[in-house]
Amino acid sequence: MKHWWKILAALLIYYSIIAGLLMDVPRLAILNETIRNIFFHVPMWFTMFALLIVSIIYSIKYLSGFSLQHDMIASESAKTAMIFGICGLLTGMLWAKFTWGAFWVNDTKLNGSAATMLVYAAYFLLRASVEDEQKRAKLSAVYSIFAFALMVVFIMVLPRLTDSLHPGSGGNPAFSAYDLDDNMKLVFYPAVIGWILFGTWIFALKLRIRKAQLNSL
Amino acid sequence: MFQNILILIKKEFLLEWRAKHAATGILIYVISTIFVCYLSFRGMIDLPSWNALFWIIMLFAAVNAVAKSFVQESRGLQLFYYTFLHPQEVILSKIIYNIFFLMIISFISLLFYILFLGNMIQNLPMFLLGMLAGSAGFSAVLTLVSAIASKTTNSSALMAILSFPVLLPLLMTVIRFSKNAMDGLAWSVNYPNLIIIVAIDVMIIALAYMLFPYLWRE
Repeated sequence: MKHWWKILAALLIYYSIIAGLLMDVPRLAILNETIRNIFFHVPMWFTMFALLIVSIIYSIKYLSGFSLQHDMIASESAKTAMIFGICGLLTGMLWAKFTWGAFWVNDTKLNGSAATMLVYAAYFLLRASVEDEQKRAKLSAVYSIFAFALMVVFIMVLPRLTDSLHPGSGGNPAFSAYDLDDNMKLVFYPAVIGWILFGTWIFALKLRIRKAQLNSL
Repeated sequence: MFQNILILIKKEFLLEWRAKHAATGILIYVISTIFVCYLSFRGMIDLPSWNALFWIIMLFAAVNAVAKSFVQESRGLQLFYYTFLHPQEVILSKIIYNIFFLMIISFISLLFYILFLGNMIQNLPMFLLGMLAGSAGFSAVLTLVSAIASKTTNSSALMAILSFPVLLPLLMTVIRFSKNAMDGLAWSVNYPNLIIIVAIDVMIIALAYMLFPYLWRE
């Protein structure tokens, strides 16, 4: 049956929610029980990244072949990626409130993620301002490639060069300490896979809806 | 190829020199903005705000200055370019011209800024170097975005919306570099920031060079 991966996605997510909330987690200062958020917050970003990579690949494919099919895939995956990005931001803000005391702090990675949201909001606004299909596809492909390259710099490179509160860069020593003890790995990796599959499911659905809309014109 | 680029740059300078529409317009815009800021802050401004405010004014001035890059060309002229020139020549010449333009504008606005809000810069050559690198980056990004936006219906609003998020990493690094220059910190502390700025500039110009041909075929 060809829907096995959707069932797998649902099962993995259920597993990660139940196990994530019930299993033992290491005790760390400041974080305490909120470390469980790692099973939700991080998979959201990984899914967003996976979908954005799909979007970029299809933008590049569009520029080499000018097939509107590729453009449709690029835009639908970007839309789904944005939803997961918003979820990532919301889970992150909730986590920040409990650990750092504020919903938002002045940190490079947070600023980078906010800027990415702005870039893709601009991308959709650009798409909405052009009537002609081929022109729209061309302009948005060029802009998304351009913006993606710069966002990679912004999110991956700049945070590594400066210290910050957010784990994974110069400052926070706690990251390696809880860098996934074995128990957490058992829940974390399935969670990531489950959410990525789930994101792909949503993207596939949106793509089919879009195709159906275009066919019925 | 380089011949053509030089000719195009010379043409842009000539056009600007004859009419001076854009240059005077932007200068008046910047000077008015600086004056408004002076009055709003009543001349009392601390160092980080001085720096940040200067770069925000530069950002808006750059967006306005480069916006007219592609929007202004008439259809006939565009057809002429398309027949005789490679797209890479067009985009490189526009980027280089805009770098010069922005550098001149930012230098003059720095003079007015110092006049009204005082001079807090301790290491002027370093600050000017940051201004040059920043102008290069702004110019490249804004020229490509102008090329994209000129083909849409709502181009002036889109220019700002499309360019701001993309300019954020560059802007942040440039502000950090300038602040260090103003504080008079040593080269060894500050040059990593400059490397980042130059790296971003090179990447943007390379991307613009590769992507512009796709916008070219109208």
